[in-house]
Amino acid sequence: MPNLWKAGDAYIWISGLALMVTLVMIGGLLFLIATKGLGSMWPADIGRYELRDGSAYLGQLRARESVRGGDGVSGSEFRVKLKIGNRDIYGLDFKWINEGDVKSRDYPRDAVVLERHEWGDYHGYLKEIRKNGQVIPGTDPEAFSVLLGLIRDANRIHERILKIEKGEIGDINYGIEKQRLKLKGLAVRGEHNPAKEAEYRLKIKEYEGRYKTSEAKLEALYAELNRNEAVMLSAGGNEKTIPLGKIVMAHRPNSMGFVEKAGFYVKRFWGFVSDDPREANTEGGIFPAIFGTVLMVLIMSIVVMPFGIVAALYLREYARQGVMVRIVRICVNNLAGVPSIVFGVFGVGFFLYGIGGIIDSVFFKEALPSPTFGTGGILWASLTLALLTVPVVIVATEEGLAAVPRNIREGSLALGATKFETTWKVVIPSALPAILTGLILAVARATGEVAPLMITGVVKLAPDLPIDGHFPFLHLERKFMHLGFHIYDLGFQSPNAEAAKPMVFMTAFLLILIVVVLNITAIVIRNRLRKKYATSAV
Amino acid sequence: MLSGEPMERQEFRAPEINGVAPAPKAKKPEKAKPVPDPLVKVEDLSLFYGTKQALQDINMNIPRRQVTAFIGPSGCGKSTLLRCFNRLNDLIDDCRIEGEISINGKSIFNSDVDITDLRKRVGMVFQKSNPFPKSIYENVAYGARIAGIKKKSVLDDIVEKNLKRAALWDEVNDRLNDSAMGLSGGQQQRLCIARAIAVEPDVLLMDEPCSALDPIATAKIEDLVTELKNKFTIVIVTHNMQQAARVSDYTAFMYIGDIVEFDTTEKIFLNPAKKHTEDYVSGKFG
Repeated sequence: MPNLWKAGDAYIWISGLALMVTLVMIGGLLFLIATKGLGSMWPADIGRYELRDGSAYLGQLRARESVRGGDGVSGSEFRVKLKIGNRDIYGLDFKWINEGDVKSRDYPRDAVVLERHEWGDYHGYLKEIRKNGQVIPGTDPEAFSVLLGLIRDANRIHERILKIEKGEIGDINYGIEKQRLKLKGLAVRGEHNPAKEAEYRLKIKEYEGRYKTSEAKLEALYAELNRNEAVMLSAGGNEKTIPLGKIVMAHRPNSMGFVEKAGFYVKRFWGFVSDDPREANTEGGIFPAIFGTVLMVLIMSIVVMPFGIVAALYLREYARQGVMVRIVRICVNNLAGVPSIVFGVFGVGFFLYGIGGIIDSVFFKEALPSPTFGTGGILWASLTLALLTVPVVIVATEEGLAAVPRNIREGSLALGATKFETTWKVVIPSALPAILTGLILAVARATGEVAPLMITGVVKLAPDLPIDGHFPFLHLERKFMHLGFHIYDLGFQSPNAEAAKPMVFMTAFLLILIVVVLNITAIVIRNRLRKKYATSAV
Repeated sequence: MLSGEPMERQEFRAPEINGVAPAPKAKKPEKAKPVPDPLVKVEDLSLFYGTKQALQDINMNIPRRQVTAFIGPSGCGKSTLLRCFNRLNDLIDDCRIEGEISINGKSIFNSDVDITDLRKRVGMVFQKSNPFPKSIYENVAYGARIAGIKKKSVLDDIVEKNLKRAALWDEVNDRLNDSAMGLSGGQQQRLCIARAIAVEPDVLLMDEPCSALDPIATAKIEDLVTELKNKFTIVIVTHNMQQAARVSDYTAFMYIGDIVEFDTTEKIFLNPAKKHTEDYVSGKFG
């Protein structure tokens, strides 16, 4: 039908189709990540699978797939993947079982899932609780709620331990390190000052004394933590004694109603978002990664905005438009296409070794040879990302400036404003929405970037956040965790990749969520500004 | 618009229009017409865009507290001449000016003249209304803020006084903090007038202020011009001869960068000295 082509209908259909394919792809990806990630946290029922060979497992069904042709022995057509937990007993968290091998399956109401600080989940039955030397049998109807209460107590003790370790002992370490550096500083400067030296040493002694008391406190707490125990029985009949201090949470999925499960889910989700990671990142939460990502993006934004805007202002408003400016503009555009790892390498060479090295040799001489700023840190990672995203901001800002109508500038100049006043009071406000568009693009790119971060300051586990109670509170030289790198680390560097898989999806989900939240914030601000500074006349 | 002007002028350079030869090129500069109490004096003013001459040896005196209109066909240099008075042509890279303009007896081209100061004394209203993307209040207060006035009460007074002068106060006094972009075209133009007179200039330049407005809005602006001439010296560029006849006291007819005739409006429209002027004002061409 030639007419259809001529009228352009066909092209409209083709573009519509292409758009739809893209949307479906994006939607599918989000759906996959959300279901795989969010679904894994649901407290699924736990089944007791008794096999024909006499062994038995308590496990949560995670996958079911057909085995074409069977394995020739059982003749089964499907096999299931169970999360059986008990890594300390079985060696693996997951087990594939042919459905034909299953003799019987039921859902015992008293099956317990323990989330532990070590070794992952434990699936089994409660045999007895040993509380202060007193034994409560698992058959006691109150036994499970007693267990929950004891776990809550244990968690409180845990918090106190953490507080002492991070608070008191952290302070002590900080103090000792400071005195040690002062001592070393004397030596570096070649000063001979026995009085001062003695003073510093005395202070270190003092700190060491304080450390002893804190340590004693800790020991007492640990003893209390491990005083009570739960004796567990696995599906195969193995008995295991677990100190309650090692348990994070306990639940009996088979006897929970939907509401109870939902409550548990929320609790677990909150734990995931707000806790530190455990067990080589495969368990626990990802709070430091979320924090690191957001802080890094904020620092990057603070750095990239003024630089990008000033550069664009110069290019568009002040520089004489000619060959030179055109070349610079092309270069800026090309800079946006340089592979990010190249920026990373530049960051290492320029920021870490160059500027960081100079800062260390001037301000942190005492600490050398261990580097302070001369190594990866959140500041250098942010600056590297700022370099990476500055072309985006420049291009967007320039477009915004070019779109400010000439007669508005003339209106300001005709009122006796200088060029600077005109730029500052009229042109920039009018271009702000476009500038924010640039920031949105920059943030979206920076949040998802991993390669340059891996070499400029991201680590797989950073126990200390870049913010704490010690002066100057914001420690820009510290290494940090990042969601993007966390995904890579969990999925591809983890010793227990299978167990980490849900975490990978969850982390990806949160990363996308953060990008979306940051973008929506910027978009809301932009729309407000657009309303305020609408430039179209009438 | 600015850079387009010399091009238009080129297109218009016809040897003869309706049997009227363009003003002779190599004539002696006319002596400026004597007007009572001149505020602005233009002497032998020529302006070049690159090598193209846009204004040729202009001589004129603009009377104080009167309305002077520039009429003439498109591209004849009306706007260019107007923009000389506040040196807005300085923004154009290859623009060169010869001759002299003085306001109150002081040259505006002297090197010791502060250009921002000059522009505070010579306000301007543009063809297309150009309110800043700010609130109505901030638009009017802009000049005062530039001048360094920070006190809220002073600014409030300035805003109210000038919105009243521009006959806009009654329409906007309940929404001073709304965006100026929400106003109608005529309101925007009156806002621009309020903004310009808020600086208390000596001279107010108006570059076809009504060309984008409907008749009702135009009538409002014209009333305003008549009102404002008690306080300001107004120079208005217009395409609309009726408008010039209605609002102005003096009229200059310009043609291809030259002033053909400059006299009282009555004389230009009723009894012009030159045939060329008569042809234009009677609508034979243009």
